[in-house]
Amino acid sequence: MSDPILEMRRVSKSFFSIKALRNVDLTVYPGEIHALMGENGAGKSTLMKILSGAYRPDPGGEIRIEGKPVRIDGPLGGRAAGISIIYQELSLAPNLSVAENIYLGREISRSGLLDRGAMRAGVGPMLERLGADFTPSTLVAHLSMGQRQLVEIARALHARSKILIMDEPTTALSAGESERLFALIRQLRAEDLAIIYISHRMDEVYALGDRVTVLRDGTLVGSLDKPQIRADTIVRLMVGREVSSFYKKDHDPRASRGGAVLAVVDIADGRRVKGCSVTVHAGEVVGLAGLIGAGRTELAHLIIGASPKTSGHVEIEGRAVNIRTPGEALDAGIAYLTEDRKALGLFLDMSCLDNINLAVLGRDAKLGCVLDRDKGRDRARRAFAALGIRAADTGVAAGALSGGNQQKVLLSRLLATKPKVLILDEPTRGVDVGAKSEIYSIIDNLAKSGTAILVISSDLPEIVGICDRVIVMRAGRVAGEMERTATSPFSQEDIMAFATGMEQLDAS
Amino acid sequence: MPPDNPPPQEVATTAGTPGFATAETKRQRTRLIIRAAGMLPVLLLLCIGFHFLSDGRFFTGQNLGIVLQQAAVNTVLAAGMTFVILTGGIDLSVGSILAASAMAGLIVSTLPDIELLWLPAAVLTGLVIGVFNGALIALLRLPPFIVTLGSLTAVRGLARLLGADTTVFNSAIPYAFIGNASLTLVPGVVSIPWLSVIALLVILVSWLVLRRTVLGVHIYAVGGNESAARLAGIKVRAVLIFVYGVSGLLAGLGGAMQAARLYAANGLQLGQSYELDAITAVILGCTSFVGGIGSIWGTLVGALIIAVLSNGLILTGVSDVWQYVIKGVVIIGAVALDRYRLQGSART
Repeated sequence: MSDPILEMRRVSKSFFSIKALRNVDLTVYPGEIHALMGENGAGKSTLMKILSGAYRPDPGGEIRIEGKPVRIDGPLGGRAAGISIIYQELSLAPNLSVAENIYLGREISRSGLLDRGAMRAGVGPMLERLGADFTPSTLVAHLSMGQRQLVEIARALHARSKILIMDEPTTALSAGESERLFALIRQLRAEDLAIIYISHRMDEVYALGDRVTVLRDGTLVGSLDKPQIRADTIVRLMVGREVSSFYKKDHDPRASRGGAVLAVVDIADGRRVKGCSVTVHAGEVVGLAGLIGAGRTELAHLIIGASPKTSGHVEIEGRAVNIRTPGEALDAGIAYLTEDRKALGLFLDMSCLDNINLAVLGRDAKLGCVLDRDKGRDRARRAFAALGIRAADTGVAAGALSGGNQQKVLLSRLLATKPKVLILDEPTRGVDVGAKSEIYSIIDNLAKSGTAILVISSDLPEIVGICDRVIVMRAGRVAGEMERTATSPFSQEDIMAFATGMEQLDAS
Repeated sequence: MPPDNPPPQEVATTAGTPGFATAETKRQRTRLIIRAAGMLPVLLLLCIGFHFLSDGRFFTGQNLGIVLQQAAVNTVLAAGMTFVILTGGIDLSVGSILAASAMAGLIVSTLPDIELLWLPAAVLTGLVIGVFNGALIALLRLPPFIVTLGSLTAVRGLARLLGADTTVFNSAIPYAFIGNASLTLVPGVVSIPWLSVIALLVILVSWLVLRRTVLGVHIYAVGGNESAARLAGIKVRAVLIFVYGVSGLLAGLGGAMQAARLYAANGLQLGQSYELDAITAVILGCTSFVGGIGSIWGTLVGALIIAVLSNGLILTGVSDVWQYVIKGVVIIGAVALDRYRLQGSART
């Protein structure tokens, strides 16, 4: 093997009295995809921020790049040292063109005037090499998430980075886009770039990783080479002990399944959803699968009245209900967990207490308007215990919690309304392995107690693992539906076939 | 209802949660205390400073009464402004609403038989204009800055129209005591101007609404994250109409207070640029301009800082021209200091 491009020796970082990172030794070689795993709060982002120059490591450690000790100071320091980071939330300016974004901060100018032509010409060959299907003058706002990722990569390459750090790059990508990204990452590896790939998803790490390093509690607990990469080993390293079963599905749909609770009949919005019918029974977990852009979230928004429908209607327990706002959906017994908990779900500045009680304040209130603080405090405490929310107390601001705990706080708010129907949109997105498994058992328990649950998910193993039935959407329509039977559970391949339209090819 | 049986503890607690969490809460608590204290230290320092600079003329019963009285109308306007800014909006029209309400009140007070109704008439005028602002913002989804900038001008015109562009006098206006008399608490020793009593009551009621009612939490929620509030079932439109209604209503009350104090109102001059003082008080009260964070007590402190500054600069004999400069610098300095202080504690 060649000489390492990046060596970190005894790197530590403490904030006041808290040690976020403890004597981490990390070695990365050129031409390798190095997967970095660990639960939220394990120190992955701290490590990244040290490499990007956002944080200064504690004295005593050492960082070498191509054998030479370096000091990475400030955000430009990382770039100068040849390190580029692609964050989960992409850092592109949507109002500028692709070329302008790539040249951001290093624009070409002639006597003070911007030379757009030269910039466009400068990025053209790069985009071609990456297989981009857009031009340098395209506005970033018009690009899909996958295409934007490509712009980010182009920007990194353009800065002649030798180390590329990617933080959960596939979170917002569809399966097809992810595949294209993987191909591109492999191409970059062949060009001798070192790639540090941060992900929660085991299948990605299998597919890509040449080596896996696992962090826990700010300490590096192990590095595995390709032949040793196995899910159970990684999970054990991450959580510190064996995890018996990851997906939990104890409820028996045939035993607990009651009558139809939610019936969506031929609903459409005239744009993204073109006439969909969905039925969910009491005690049943139904998966809603499909590629990004298939219209799943839009369908959920139609059901709860967050966007106006042009046709169709919704029935709850056999009665047609007219739902025009999310508030009316809650009154009708439908609760919706958004896929974007930070932007559309939580109030990050408000306490967990307020976040949990927000939807039922009116029901609790004395005299119809005066807050009942005791009731609220009680409910929050019970929710903390029941869902295993880990925070010092219920008064902590929701924004200070980890992703998994935030998700549980949001879930608690919905459960407080005692819904008959629960629509969960990507319930485990951006949530660490431990919390994922806990969320699965919460879903399982809810199904046992008779709640009708619709789970929208792009994580196919998750759908296969927890659902009784799966509905697959494609281009705004229901493309297929499969039921789990004792003898034949549906497979990821079946779902993909419907989602991509391949099943039609098979049939013909 | 959360499920009855807690999920099995099959997964170990994350990254050293206990130690980390406690330190995190501690820091949050300190941050809360710093936020709560807000600009109070600045207010006290200003008071003490002016006391010495004016050779001990600041802390006298009479002077404090004047300061409280001067702060009263702005406190009432700023309280309404706090509701609006907590939702992430702004109300630029309060000065004009104050003028229109005072005009409406004075005109009613000159009408025989219904002269006693001038007070509700003034307050109602403010409420109606405020609700109109709110309806435009909530229902037509127009930006608050633009809507209230428009009504700043339009309502000013309305105020002049009401009195046919003249000053309306009424030396026998009913309830004149609220503008000029004081409430005696301990005879001969402690008395508070009625204007200040009203202002304090407004603050108290605002606090009750913001902190003790469902609506209050909904106001903070809309300011914190409007889309999330809508998805959580909060009637965002109703909340917005309410806050602009409150702002208008309190501007109307401010108009009534001015009318009672002056026995007169002029549609052109009354309440000119009062909106700026009200906004300044809210900013000095550490309420976040993007909404969702802030307290009504901070606003009270902010309004007092403005009144103390005006009063103290006059006591120390600073020329009128320099007063403007000094006030502006103190406002920027105080907020800069606040940001700096919060930055030190807000690292997460």
